[in-house]
Amino acid sequence: MGGEGARITSLGLEGITKRFPGVLACDGVSLDVGEGEVLALVGENGAGKTTLMNILMGLYRPDEGRILLNGVEQRFRSPSDAFAAGIGMVHQHFMLVPNLTVTENVALGMRSAHRGLRLDMKAVRRRIAEVSERHGLPVQAEAYVWQLSVGEQQRVELVKTLCLGARFLILDEPTSALTPQETDELIALLKHMTRELSVIFISHKLHEVKALSDTVTILRQGRVVFRGRTADHSPADLAALMTGHEVVLPCNACADECGKPLLVARDLKVRGDRGHLALDGLELELRSGEILGLAGVSGNGQRELAEAINGLRRIESGSIELAGEAIANLGPEEVIAKGMGYIPEDRNTEGIVPSFSIKENLVLKDFGTPAFSRASFLRLGAIDGNAEALKERFDIRCPSTKTAAGSLSGGNIQKVILARELARGPKALVAVYPTRGLDMGAEEYIHNQLLARRCEGVGILLISEELEEIMNLSDRIAVIYKGRVLAVIPGKDATKARLGMLMAGVVDE
Amino acid sequence: MNKATKTAYGAVVVVLAALVAVAVSSLVLVAIGANPLATFKVILTEPLKDLFGITEILVRSVPLILVALGIAISFRSGILNIGAEGQIQLGIISATLVALFLPDLPKALLLPLALVAGALGGALWGGIAGALKARLGVNEILSTVMLNYIAAQLYSFLLRGPLLDPAEITMGSGTPQSMRFPKAAWLDRIIPGTRLHWGLAVALALAFLVWLLLWRTTIGFKMRAAGAEAKAARYAGVKVERYLLVAMLFAGGFAGLAGAIEATGVHRRAIEGISSGYGFSGIVVALFGGLHPAGIVPAAAFFGLLLLGADMTQRAVGVPANMVLVLQGSIILAIVSARMLANNPYLQDRVGRRLERLLRPRRRATEADLAPEAAASDAAPANSATSATPAPASAAAPAETSDAERGS
Repeated sequence: MGGEGARITSLGLEGITKRFPGVLACDGVSLDVGEGEVLALVGENGAGKTTLMNILMGLYRPDEGRILLNGVEQRFRSPSDAFAAGIGMVHQHFMLVPNLTVTENVALGMRSAHRGLRLDMKAVRRRIAEVSERHGLPVQAEAYVWQLSVGEQQRVELVKTLCLGARFLILDEPTSALTPQETDELIALLKHMTRELSVIFISHKLHEVKALSDTVTILRQGRVVFRGRTADHSPADLAALMTGHEVVLPCNACADECGKPLLVARDLKVRGDRGHLALDGLELELRSGEILGLAGVSGNGQRELAEAINGLRRIESGSIELAGEAIANLGPEEVIAKGMGYIPEDRNTEGIVPSFSIKENLVLKDFGTPAFSRASFLRLGAIDGNAEALKERFDIRCPSTKTAAGSLSGGNIQKVILARELARGPKALVAVYPTRGLDMGAEEYIHNQLLARRCEGVGILLISEELEEIMNLSDRIAVIYKGRVLAVIPGKDATKARLGMLMAGVVDE
Repeated sequence: MNKATKTAYGAVVVVLAALVAVAVSSLVLVAIGANPLATFKVILTEPLKDLFGITEILVRSVPLILVALGIAISFRSGILNIGAEGQIQLGIISATLVALFLPDLPKALLLPLALVAGALGGALWGGIAGALKARLGVNEILSTVMLNYIAAQLYSFLLRGPLLDPAEITMGSGTPQSMRFPKAAWLDRIIPGTRLHWGLAVALALAFLVWLLLWRTTIGFKMRAAGAEAKAARYAGVKVERYLLVAMLFAGGFAGLAGAIEATGVHRRAIEGISSGYGFSGIVVALFGGLHPAGIVPAAAFFGLLLLGADMTQRAVGVPANMVLVLQGSIILAIVSARMLANNPYLQDRVGRRLERLLRPRRRATEADLAPEAAASDAAPANSATSATPAPASAAAPAETSDAERGS
């Protein structure tokens, strides 16, 4: 192990090319990061960012090109080789053992603390204290990882990587699982840390890129399409370079026509997983042909509300009506039959069956209808036809509709879900964090689709933490706090400041 | 790495797994002082030398196919049925009761009735575990294993008590077995003079029906969805708990039928030790066959060969027949590990590169023609890494072929 000694003065990738069957994942990509520099590696989902970093970490061998560290060519055969050279990666999905403490998690990888059969926990603790002091990363060393919030876990990942001697950090979409508040904190922390470290920061969120990086390299379909200083370019420029076209996130500009009440919840009480009242007398009214934004810090009852509406969670008391019919405590299949559409929060394991093909996922709710089955036998031709049509209509990018849906990128998985839910022609749609973690192109697409449905008369309950998204799309905005709707305000009157106050539970009289 | 090398990679993994299994068993054989080479030669070739051997292989493969089909249904539906052994015994008991207490029925009625009773008996036993799981969340591995013990005791009690052949008492030999079934409850032999019976045809027909059920019907779709991702299935309106129960009824039913067919086709009575571990071997067969009927049938034939071959080693090279259990164990371990290897996209890439270099050293020149296809950005390992599986260890679901494709 290099210990603290060897400095990394420059890291370069030269002409990296990597092919997968039918796909050129990286095409002659070159990068250059100097000491103490932050390079933002930007690109849409599937642009080749992660593949490139997996090559840098020695997980994949490139077909062509080389890796230079301080000007010397390196051949990393595995992540531990890259680690030994001082390069550490923080993955998008945390690599922590939930039922071990923070210290134990760090100790797992710290070879220097392993003395034969004995584990020198004192040394580990000392190292954690040292690192968190030096980089301003407070962690609760004795807490179990499962007790920590996502933001804290992210910090633990950073501390772990630094404790193991990383002097060059690769951060793969570090904010994709964080709430907006946690994101701001993380950015501030990283800014502090970059005084001593070189960083490659992978992201497609451009305001983060602007806030954090010195230089930016943009990948599109495996190629470098842009390289430059971050300060010289506006987020809009970068977005256009990233997607290859001008990105304009759409706004809700339709005329304000109030439809009839469509989805009405009255005095709703629902228990959360830990037995507490997650919804405590919630009142909500969604009209047809409107987008009702539900703003709030996550964990204030949003998940429980979405599940209660869709028959996935029993309610204690109160009522839910869809177009005048009571749907409270009906099974999910009955709620679906009444014309409810639902884009769940967890798109990878709830919105799709990952091992099922795209075409199967596209009929996940409707395979039992006469359109796709006859006398209990699946009509494979109809299922194929449906898949091909939706693939075209919703621009789902996949090698074939037989591909396992779980192998798609987040944006395309979301398109599969969206296609299924919208093609069913729902009366109402509950969309939970529909664009979380997606790139701008996908976000733009999904926003346009939602607005189009609104104009067709579908009532949409949009649950999100992104104020911008809510303000851009909503006719009215309801703010949820501790299981109640604190206020409902017209979309055009909303300001970030006012929503922010409400989300914190402050009601202005 | 293209399709051909991918297939080659799969083949390499399978061959390696087989070699590892052989190596592990060889170690054990050497430890008991036997000659591994001679032993394997006997196991793999001796049974195939005459008609008797071949029919006996098939006789053994019939219960294996049936049990494995049930196991495949339950595993695919997300419930791990370890209780086939007990379900087989319940099937035998039910079939025996019908055969012995309704001896005057015509064959066209009695035989089907006995077989159906066997299936129902097994389904009842499996259904208990299924209901416990669906209603109370009782771990099905525990409940099915415990039910095995209960079934074994019940079976033993019945054969020594109420169902004991009166002739055994008068003769004084006291072998725990039932009376011989009336002829109307016999499953006929296909080739006279051998034990090969029409149960084979039943098993093959059911293999086809199970494939239809799982991949061509809405029930199968729901069961597979519930097994592949219960959360998503529930979201889509599938009553997951109900299908857990249905899956266990099927699994138990198939095991029960296996027992009933074994009793009416081979022994023509209920005897002790009739199932001889088919309930557990069936699990191995199901896994070896990829939980797919088209894989299970050949896998069952292969295991029939192993079981018979192992019987022969006793005489030929003095190796106890139980050695086949060691072989089975090592095969399970090898398969499970091979699955991990086969699903690791990073390793796949690495081995693929090696293979490519070995197979076609001159390919480099023409490689450029792959590039223009790159428009679809979401193929294969590039993305499984982007979206869900950043590290090799957790690379559970790379862009592998989906269930449907394998099914069709």
